[in-house]
Amino acid sequence: MGKTLAEKVWDAHVVRRAEGEPDLLYIDLHLVHEVTSPQAFDALRATGRPVRRPDLTLATEDHNVPTIDIDKPIADPVSRAQVEALRKNCAEFDVPLFPLGSAEQGIVHVVGPQLGLTQPGMTVVCGDSHTSTHGAFGALAFGIGTSEVEHVLATQTLPLKPFKTMAVTVHGSLPDGVTAKDVILAVIAKIGTGGGQGYVIEYRGEGVCELSMEGRMTLCNMSIEGGARAGMVAPDETTFAYIEGREHAPRGADWDAALAYWKTLVTDADATFDKEVVIEASELSPFVTWGTNPGQGIPLSGSVPSPEDAADDVERASIERALAYMALTPGTPMREIPVDTVFVGSCTNGRIEDLRAAAAVLEGRQVADGVRMLVVPGSAKVRLQAMSEGLDKVFTQAGAEWREAGCSMCLAMNPDKLTPGERSASTSNRNFEGRQGPGGRTHLVSPQVAAATAVTGRFASPADLAR
Amino acid sequence: MEAFTVHTGTAAPLRRSNVDTDQIIPAEYLKRITRHGFEDGLFKAWRDDSGFVLNQPQYFGVSVLVAGPDFGTGSSREHAVWALQDYGFQVVISSRFADIFRGNSGKAGLLTALVDQDVVERLWALIESDPSTPVTVDLAAQTISAGDVVASFDVDPYVRWRLLEGLDDIGITLQNEADISDFESARPTFTPTTR
Repeated sequence: MGKTLAEKVWDAHVVRRAEGEPDLLYIDLHLVHEVTSPQAFDALRATGRPVRRPDLTLATEDHNVPTIDIDKPIADPVSRAQVEALRKNCAEFDVPLFPLGSAEQGIVHVVGPQLGLTQPGMTVVCGDSHTSTHGAFGALAFGIGTSEVEHVLATQTLPLKPFKTMAVTVHGSLPDGVTAKDVILAVIAKIGTGGGQGYVIEYRGEGVCELSMEGRMTLCNMSIEGGARAGMVAPDETTFAYIEGREHAPRGADWDAALAYWKTLVTDADATFDKEVVIEASELSPFVTWGTNPGQGIPLSGSVPSPEDAADDVERASIERALAYMALTPGTPMREIPVDTVFVGSCTNGRIEDLRAAAAVLEGRQVADGVRMLVVPGSAKVRLQAMSEGLDKVFTQAGAEWREAGCSMCLAMNPDKLTPGERSASTSNRNFEGRQGPGGRTHLVSPQVAAATAVTGRFASPADLAR
Repeated sequence: MEAFTVHTGTAAPLRRSNVDTDQIIPAEYLKRITRHGFEDGLFKAWRDDSGFVLNQPQYFGVSVLVAGPDFGTGSSREHAVWALQDYGFQVVISSRFADIFRGNSGKAGLLTALVDQDVVERLWALIESDPSTPVTVDLAAQTISAGDVVASFDVDPYVRWRLLEGLDDIGITLQNEADISDFESARPTFTPTTR
């Protein structure tokens, strides 16, 4: 019987397989950042173990770095201690590091692909759940915890039980105005935050194949919000074109050999998935979340749901709590809800294409009075690219703040936070209670909807502005 | 890692579903570079509320948490497990756990006991009517017993074996170091390095 893409990549990395034990899987690329690594390095020191393959390991500073005044010492002592610990650990264990201020610094999931380090058929891990982003290249990429970080540092392997496979097929081309972010929010609303648990999702169908690499990364990035360990898209000409010529891309004969191998990385026609979900592209429209988990989303044209719509008591309680936290009244049209802050950035939507999309909406327009808009590029390189295209000018002329690269307000570990009660339209990935700052109220949207919302001060799509 | 065989302790009912790792411990606490002392961040947003279950004197000293479905969703932070352990929890019982959280728990020695939601409901009723009820979790037998509630639970067999033996992951893997070296020597030349 044939194999799925995920099974092919898995099988190509099994170091050891024994009855009753998890497979021992080889890891091709281990990405490291300052938050989930200090305890792992500490444990290596305590046990006298070296990093087995520093040449397959790469560190960057992203989670709690400031996005202004980056030439000054980090003000928050705890953030500074973490960043300093990473620098010390990378020096001691010989791990390459892109520190704050380096031209290659940025969010770990933006940096890997932009360097050409993320390639089809690889296994990629990082102590961060959004590692699923790299699956856009046909890599098997997933988040791990700190003790697994330690395990990979010490052994370059992980003992793992195979994941189940799920196909999410997007039939047909996406309608105008519908982005990868809208697709994934609709998928999560459909399967629920636990719907993907135990699965690696393969996104397929026209609506997926027609996406750029940036769009595919957005899609795979949020697989974890549907509970899945990983998301993947089979590599194709779009993938190969993106990788070719990048700093760590194979060259010459290696490129030919790699390409020949990559072209085999598709799900066989006779392979079966453990679960299949189908989305009709024609039914999709811009999406926005109303609640406190990414599954609580609806089309922008919809209204805040009521606890009475719940299927059971658990869901009813969940809706009630979410509405209370979000300070929303059932039946309110989403387009009438005012926002205080708009955040464009994160590993979900902080790439160049996202900034271009937001800038295209803002060009010649102004951020509404009383609305704060923050634009935070996903990496220093994305920032420079955007500036070379004049996007920074579009943002600042519209009244938005143009920042340095980092995770920023996605998780509010640096000074970029919502104040209690503040409401945001955010291109990030999580609308959990307090995620963007204690008491902050987050609505997840695409960069296009974020920009249009900044202009009107209420949730809006670019199409609304044209009217 | 200490071996886990049988644990008996009192339990707290957490009547919430979708308790994500941001709720278990906010990102703020991730900045620490130590491995212990995370108990003060556990369920931080709720700890200021005197009505929150862990703030009620009858649930002081609990070591078993009985949680609603989809416990541990969200970020992969292992600090969520450490915070639960530092607070004193040795077992979390739920009808559904997020994968990464469950994996992290197994490695750190926190038992995640998977039961039907019906068992959760019965345990909730029991420990709410009498918070002093001892709950016994027997990992070898895979049973939970408390008052008149006796139920079996699911746990990954490999995790169970490791918990019972108290084995460290890296030590187990390095027993197969030769396999890793063999695999490395056969990797294609086109795979990238970070140098």
